[in-house]
Amino acid sequence: MKYVDEYRDPAAARTLLHRIEELASQLERPIAVMEICGGHTHTIYRHGLEHLLPEAIELIHGPGCPVCVIPMGRVDDALWLARQPGVTLTTFGDMMRVPGSTDSLLQVRAAGADVRFVYSPLDALQIARENPQQEVVFFAVGFETTAPSTAVTLERARVERIPNFSVFSNHVTIQPPLRAIVNGGQTRVDAFIGPGHVATVVGTKAFEFLPEEFNLPVVVTGFEPLDILQAVWMLLEQFTSGEVAAGRARVENQYARVVRADGSQPALKLMERVFSIRDTFEWRGLGWIENSGLGISEEYSAWDAEKKFQVPGERVPDPAACECGSVLTGRIKPWECRVFGTACTPETPIGTCMVSPEGACAAFYNFGRMDRSTAQNLVIQD
Amino acid sequence: MCLGVPAEIVAIPDPAVPRARVAISGVERTVATDLLVDEHLAPGDWVLVHVGFALSLIDADEAAVTLEQIKRLGGGTFETELKSFESSAID
Repeated sequence: MKYVDEYRDPAAARTLLHRIEELASQLERPIAVMEICGGHTHTIYRHGLEHLLPEAIELIHGPGCPVCVIPMGRVDDALWLARQPGVTLTTFGDMMRVPGSTDSLLQVRAAGADVRFVYSPLDALQIARENPQQEVVFFAVGFETTAPSTAVTLERARVERIPNFSVFSNHVTIQPPLRAIVNGGQTRVDAFIGPGHVATVVGTKAFEFLPEEFNLPVVVTGFEPLDILQAVWMLLEQFTSGEVAAGRARVENQYARVVRADGSQPALKLMERVFSIRDTFEWRGLGWIENSGLGISEEYSAWDAEKKFQVPGERVPDPAACECGSVLTGRIKPWECRVFGTACTPETPIGTCMVSPEGACAAFYNFGRMDRSTAQNLVIQD
Repeated sequence: MCLGVPAEIVAIPDPAVPRARVAISGVERTVATDLLVDEHLAPGDWVLVHVGFALSLIDADEAAVTLEQIKRLGGGTFETELKSFESSAID
């Protein structure tokens, strides 16, 4: 229990863990709980929650980190855009170190390209206003948490008629990859911890297909260690009460202090207008998933970088050594990857999961596991 | 990039324009409030800010707990986010 002193309220955590242990002992078989938010991954590793939970509960990390799920071909497209004369490429700081086939954006910038990281897409728009001679492209990534921000930015570009701004959209939606994982059958998932921030936009309703179609329980939760423990407890109750066995799994909202069932209507309406759902989109580790990517709608096509530029759009496989795809789909744990902690570290990442602090590999690496064997020893000893 | 950071609204410069001045740990910047047009935001309210946008209205207790949690994530997470917020020029 060495991590418990880090809780805001150790007593509450102890009580929850005790309840969890009681319920877990009533399970007929172990359950695998998938979390689908980089923030949750970060909290779980930071607080060693995996070591505190009974063995009958396995936490697996799903494709919840938007930086991690971008396939290498799209990174190469961004690098190509950055190299075009007269282009200023803007993006979030997390994207700067993501490796493409040959370079990262940081390396392209060192070689003379105009690449700038921004806090907000609105900052990218501001750069376009101030530099009317430059073509300013915003390399956009993110789930529904972030997509509305890009939508508002595009709306402002349209209203202000800013001609030298465009968006290279890599926005994705949360439902299709979950469906792909459940249907794919390669990862056994018994329950989901739902992403709090995405749910503020899409609402808890967006996850109802999981119990309705697959009888899989979902608890949407916040980012405190106590939130996650409570979510695990609520999920367990659905199992031990017999509800799941009776085919009555459901979505519960542990994060009602922030999340509503309907989500954010202004955000959803804006997204519907500004984006159009792509027929298919490539995900690292999951391959092509139908209706999973947000392209830019016809009305805003003048600000669509993929229409403005002849983006190569070549598909590129992941580096052979990198098992990011298996990590992202929960098939393996970070330390089971061949290059984890040796050739691939946060300083010299090979795969996206090691780049973003919210990626499972970086989160696992950063909190005391120096290499794969140390990690295995730690976990086995526990 | 996925963080939602609690910020306190210090001013609504023009109620007709979807913007608010907010403060995170004493750093004051402007954020967009387009996503909260249905709320009646006022100075003293707390919002979760994500990439320059107020994403949701929260209460002061939730703000305090969330802020503490982000600081405790370590690895420079909060400092990096604050520095990034500080670099913003949204108006």
